[in-house]
Amino acid sequence: MSIDIDEVKKIAKLACLNVDEADIQSYATNLSNILDLVAQMNAVDTTGVTPMSHPFDVVQRLREDVVTDFNRREDFMALAPETEDGLYLVPKVLE
Amino acid sequence: MSNYHTKSVTELSAMLQAGEVSSVELTQYFLDRIKNNDDKLNSFITVCEEQALAQAAESDEKLKAGNAPLLTGVPIAHKDIFCTDGVKTSCASKMLDNFVSPYDATVVTNMRAAGVVMLGKTNMDEFAMGSSNETSFYGGVKNPWDTLTVPGGSSGGSAAAVAARLAPAATGTDTGGSIRQPAALCGLTGLKPTYGRVSRYGMIAFASSLDQAGTFTQTAEDSALMLNVMSGLDEKDSTSVDKEVPDYTTNLNQDLKGLKIGLPKEYFDEGLNADVAKVVEAAIAEYKKMGAEIVDISLPNSHLSVPAYYVIAPAECSSNLSRFDGVRFGYRCDDPKDLEDMYKRSRGEGFGEEVKRRIMIGAYVLSAGYYDAYYLKAQKIRRLISDDFKAAFEKVDVIMGPTAPDVAFKIGEKSDDPISMYLSDIYTIAVNLAGLPGMSVPAGFVNGLPVGLQITGNYFKESQLLNVAHQYQKNTDWHRAIPEDFS
Repeated sequence: MSIDIDEVKKIAKLACLNVDEADIQSYATNLSNILDLVAQMNAVDTTGVTPMSHPFDVVQRLREDVVTDFNRREDFMALAPETEDGLYLVPKVLE
Repeated sequence: MSNYHTKSVTELSAMLQAGEVSSVELTQYFLDRIKNNDDKLNSFITVCEEQALAQAAESDEKLKAGNAPLLTGVPIAHKDIFCTDGVKTSCASKMLDNFVSPYDATVVTNMRAAGVVMLGKTNMDEFAMGSSNETSFYGGVKNPWDTLTVPGGSSGGSAAAVAARLAPAATGTDTGGSIRQPAALCGLTGLKPTYGRVSRYGMIAFASSLDQAGTFTQTAEDSALMLNVMSGLDEKDSTSVDKEVPDYTTNLNQDLKGLKIGLPKEYFDEGLNADVAKVVEAAIAEYKKMGAEIVDISLPNSHLSVPAYYVIAPAECSSNLSRFDGVRFGYRCDDPKDLEDMYKRSRGEGFGEEVKRRIMIGAYVLSAGYYDAYYLKAQKIRRLISDDFKAAFEKVDVIMGPTAPDVAFKIGEKSDDPISMYLSDIYTIAVNLAGLPGMSVPAGFVNGLPVGLQITGNYFKESQLLNVAHQYQKNTDWHRAIPEDFS
């Protein structure tokens, strides 16, 4: 399985990652190698095998709908790069 | 001259309980050891001198008052993947270099409640992605047995710190071998419990269906003490398991007559260093002497564990790491020209190479048209791997083999070749896919570098694993060895 430069750019866009132009070829090579490794799976017939997403195949545990936490808005917002009046600031989206 | 660093957690706990040493003395002793030695290793990202001494003073009060829990006053280190209230929690990434956690991980809360003192936060591979600790934003960690070699990863800082006795014990996390492999390469006892045994709350997520917290200690007895405190159901982690936590120390002294040890033929194939194989075989011979029965078994799909893992783990990581967007916390790039530019550059600049590689693999295998061929296929393979273990545990009590195919490798040797790095975890990954508990126990040396014996147990059989490891440690002293430069 070979990943070319255009595909690397497409994947980077999907993953919302800026990748330096100079590094794209090495990503293409490494990602291709990893997918070659992964391709060993294709040698096995898995027809009828139930996919396993969790070691115990358990269902989500539910809890009582009660208050378990308190409001710490100021503590949490203090961690943000930019805030104003209790809001997170990001670059302008609408002109 | 005191030699507290040569003592195990069990021994230090007894000394604290008997009033032979105070927690403040002990904590200062280890803080001094870190100060005087860590420039050779780079095993800590943050040292919490002031807080540690304050915690130690509190623990001394509790010890004086009597009836203090066993670990009261014992200083340990936490891997920098665990959120610690008021203390920088970086996950060894530039992305979180400025992040001071506003809350404690449950593991940290539990340790705190037991009176355990936190010396600091240990170095690791960035977001726990790596097998050599070379992907850390804060630079690599060196192996105390030979500082030209790696300590393993991803919990390399915890492993190096305990191996050099800069801390009597440390926490770690294991997604594909990140406790067992560095424990093997640094000559320590490493324990990865059953998936869900220990809460993942506040442990920065890499691959949520595989991640599990555990310990680095000198002895199995110490691991039992730590696991007693760490384990249990946590309402804050819906995947933590509602199952009684036994006292893991009570079973340690049971004899091993009739214990059935399975040796998977796949773990002794051509990929294994012949000298490492000899050490592992000698350890197994020791078990035979103790009355254990050796059974040849097969885990026929084990060669597929690395391929399946490198679909499942990156897929989960690409989803988990999407939260790092430069908006609410963490790194934000300078002068973003618009929102999309901010996301892309914050992530592009904040994440290192290996993390970006794994996010991209994950994004690819989950993208439209590829899901069935990769993710679903990998989950089916995961079932086959898990079924192999189920069949094996019908016949045997524990499974043994090497933890890693070789001893510690040279710094830089594999850093440009992701595939050869990934294969360092060839014997450990299947255990995570199945969710089983596993350990690595020091079993000897090859060219002066430690070799680990991997012991895998059935679900929630940590007690038996610890018993099996402890009995070996009663008959051998590999786990007592300290690297010369730090003795």
